[in-house]
Amino acid sequence: MTATTFRIWRGEKGNGAFADYTADITEGMVVLDAMHQIQADNANDLAIRWNCKAGKCGSCSAEINGMPKLMCMTRMDELPTDKPITVEPMRAFPHIRDLVTDVSWNFEVKKRIKKFTPRPPDAPDGTWRMVQEDVDRVQEFRKCIECFLCQDVCHVLRDHHKHDEFIGPRYFVYSAALEMHPLDTADRLKDLKEDQAIGYCNITKCCTKVCPEHITITDNAIIPLKERVVDEFYDPLMKLVRLVRGKPRS
Amino acid sequence: MSMVERVSHDVLVIGAGGAGLRAAIAAAATGARVGLVCKSLLGKAHTVMAEGGMAAAMGHVDDRDNWRVHFADTMRGGQYMNNWRMAELHAKEAPDRVRELEAWGAVFDRTADGRILQRNFGGHRYPRLAHVGDRTGLEMIRTLQDHAIHQGIDVHMEVTVVRLLMDGGRVAGVLAYDRERGRFKVFSCGAVVLATGGVGRAFKITSNSWEYTADGQALAYEAGAELMDMEFVQFHPTGMVWPPSVKGILVTEGVRGEGGVLRNSQGKRFMFDDIPENYRNQTADSEEEGWRYTQGDKSARRPPELLTRDHVARCIQREVREGRGSPHGGVYLDIAWIKERIPKAQDHIKKKLPSMYHQFMQLANIDITTTPMEVGPTTHYIMGGIRVDGDSQMSTVPGLFAAGECAAGLHGANRLGGNSLSDLLVFGKRAGEYAARFAAEHPGATVSNSEVDGAVAAALSPFERAGSAEQPYRIQHELQDLMQDLVGIVRKEEEMRRALDALQGLKARARDVGVAGNREYNPGWHTALDLANLLTISEAIALAAVERKESRGGHFRDDYPDKDSNYAKFNIVMRKGSGGEMELERRPIPPLPQELAGIIEEQKS
Repeated sequence: MTATTFRIWRGEKGNGAFADYTADITEGMVVLDAMHQIQADNANDLAIRWNCKAGKCGSCSAEINGMPKLMCMTRMDELPTDKPITVEPMRAFPHIRDLVTDVSWNFEVKKRIKKFTPRPPDAPDGTWRMVQEDVDRVQEFRKCIECFLCQDVCHVLRDHHKHDEFIGPRYFVYSAALEMHPLDTADRLKDLKEDQAIGYCNITKCCTKVCPEHITITDNAIIPLKERVVDEFYDPLMKLVRLVRGKPRS
Repeated sequence: MSMVERVSHDVLVIGAGGAGLRAAIAAAATGARVGLVCKSLLGKAHTVMAEGGMAAAMGHVDDRDNWRVHFADTMRGGQYMNNWRMAELHAKEAPDRVRELEAWGAVFDRTADGRILQRNFGGHRYPRLAHVGDRTGLEMIRTLQDHAIHQGIDVHMEVTVVRLLMDGGRVAGVLAYDRERGRFKVFSCGAVVLATGGVGRAFKITSNSWEYTADGQALAYEAGAELMDMEFVQFHPTGMVWPPSVKGILVTEGVRGEGGVLRNSQGKRFMFDDIPENYRNQTADSEEEGWRYTQGDKSARRPPELLTRDHVARCIQREVREGRGSPHGGVYLDIAWIKERIPKAQDHIKKKLPSMYHQFMQLANIDITTTPMEVGPTTHYIMGGIRVDGDSQMSTVPGLFAAGECAAGLHGANRLGGNSLSDLLVFGKRAGEYAARFAAEHPGATVSNSEVDGAVAAALSPFERAGSAEQPYRIQHELQDLMQDLVGIVRKEEEMRRALDALQGLKARARDVGVAGNREYNPGWHTALDLANLLTISEAIALAAVERKESRGGHFRDDYPDKDSNYAKFNIVMRKGSGGEMELERRPIPPLPQELAGIIEEQKS
């Protein structure tokens, strides 16, 4: 057991300061365990958002030593303990209290994206047929646990505050899951280009790096969507040429 | 009257896991104005952690499957304590509920001919679980969530209900507070659907998230509703045991469905040593036959690792107790061994069990494609809960409905894996529809201001004791130790009596609990309020467990290790007595209709 110092951001509505606490670290502990120990022993009112403690719900997002991570999946033995470990709330969203931020913007964005719209059923009993190969890539996107770490790290949101114009990586992944769903018939390309500003993304891949589900956000979701937008709106001639040559769309 | 925000709906659903979301969607489809209250953010409820799949007799992988087999499996698994009407409806309606999810965008794993794939699970005769790798719960909650946000439902996130408000004998609304600001809200409504999940946080080792503090069961009990089968708590056989901080996190039964085997420290597959009589005909004779079953051989019978959860959990407990456990007090669950049988086993395991691979790699530094896991029992589910009508899901309180884990009946003495997700859908839909109908047919309920004032004052009282020596986390931890040690997987009269005495002490201390700080997002305060629910329901569990002097399903008594046919005839029902004491009654199980009895007979072979 080793005593480790945590430098935790405490305060309300963006006003606050770091405060130091000590936790006893034992084998296999994660940062969330340390936060719970501090909460139980020294700071009953320390605000933390968490649910499953198994990396499945995406509630305990925070910035640990400056890196956006899930507290429940960050092991203590992967962090240097010779200096205090900083734990801060996500910085791309309005602060509520201590480690908790107001992520309600994300839920509002999702409502604006055209919902799943399936083609008529394939079989008389009202069911569809899809083969595994065709659903593999959509299943990758559907692994998303909505932790919003990708939104937190995205500079368009974090540094440029374009929340009113831009929907962020999470919702490009969501849109990609719908656009590439074998049954879906809705067209979201105009929305992606105009209301959702996919063009602001300059593919720095920060979102991919922080994704705890290891979704290849940039390469598999955002870039193919960008290509579809380009094909649809900027390059009708090349689209025709490709059609003739038979080169498939992304 | 206090400063409270007022909101009005026709139907108010409490809880936004699978059952709550499905209920809200169903109620909204009738044209009712629906409110959905969730303790956390939308999409984070405990359903998200379900792994293996949802059971529905679609017969895609084995066309011998149908609702009759599923019904009989559910009743056998529940040791015939089940509400047979619910078991019948569940088996009949689950396939439509699964197909509905596909129509709303869910992307299940596929069969070779493009239909929804189904996998093997404990206690299910045929491959029956529709699934997405080992993250089926996430797929289900996200599909319901993404569908629900377009149905005109008002969602109230991070709002916790502290009291059901009554008008005469019926429900008229609820009092709740929001986490962010700590302000109170009064919801008035014509009907309430409780979909608040389970009670796992009463135990130390649990697979359940922090929200599982018995809220729905306690709210209903305080409002006068009956509880049933509270002694039946399921200890899932395979939770992580190492490192200490992850003890209890679930390891899906899907590992065994895909061919994983249990071994003790001597390398022996101990599950072959103890096969219950009523499962002998359905269980493999040899390791070879068991393997063939997991690979889809229809002539083979299932390996004993896929016996029901109550039985497997007790066998693991026995191995550990008798000194044949693993170094950290579990047994070995080995999926890596399948490399002896199939090519590219490593890729296969990662494809079929991606979350398990990730979970062990990240939290325990163990690669499950090469190394056996260490596992042991973890508190997972409560079969008992609010007693409801099988068709409508209404409790004994008019206008109060319950669905999912907080309701009792479908699973009897032991739940089969995969029957929970389908339960949520089938009975969530029913509860939502019947609640909307009740609200339309019974308008005019009003909330009493004095009741609101009293409940607000009670909820704020911990702040008045800010300097108190009793603090909420300490009492919660003591409760968890107590229930784990004295009312856990193996029970004895004397220990449970001690637990009941100790619970009285904890209740008295909880009344003195104080919290520091202010009302904004203050988890100390939230824990203080949750504590009352946990204590009430812990007492109900212990009292019912003392009353049932036999061993059956999830309830195992060391002092009465056998089943007793006299105890097969009744459920234990509890309610709050007029003097505030917990009343307990042996309620006879109604006889099975001839048709259903016939199905059980025909499926015995």
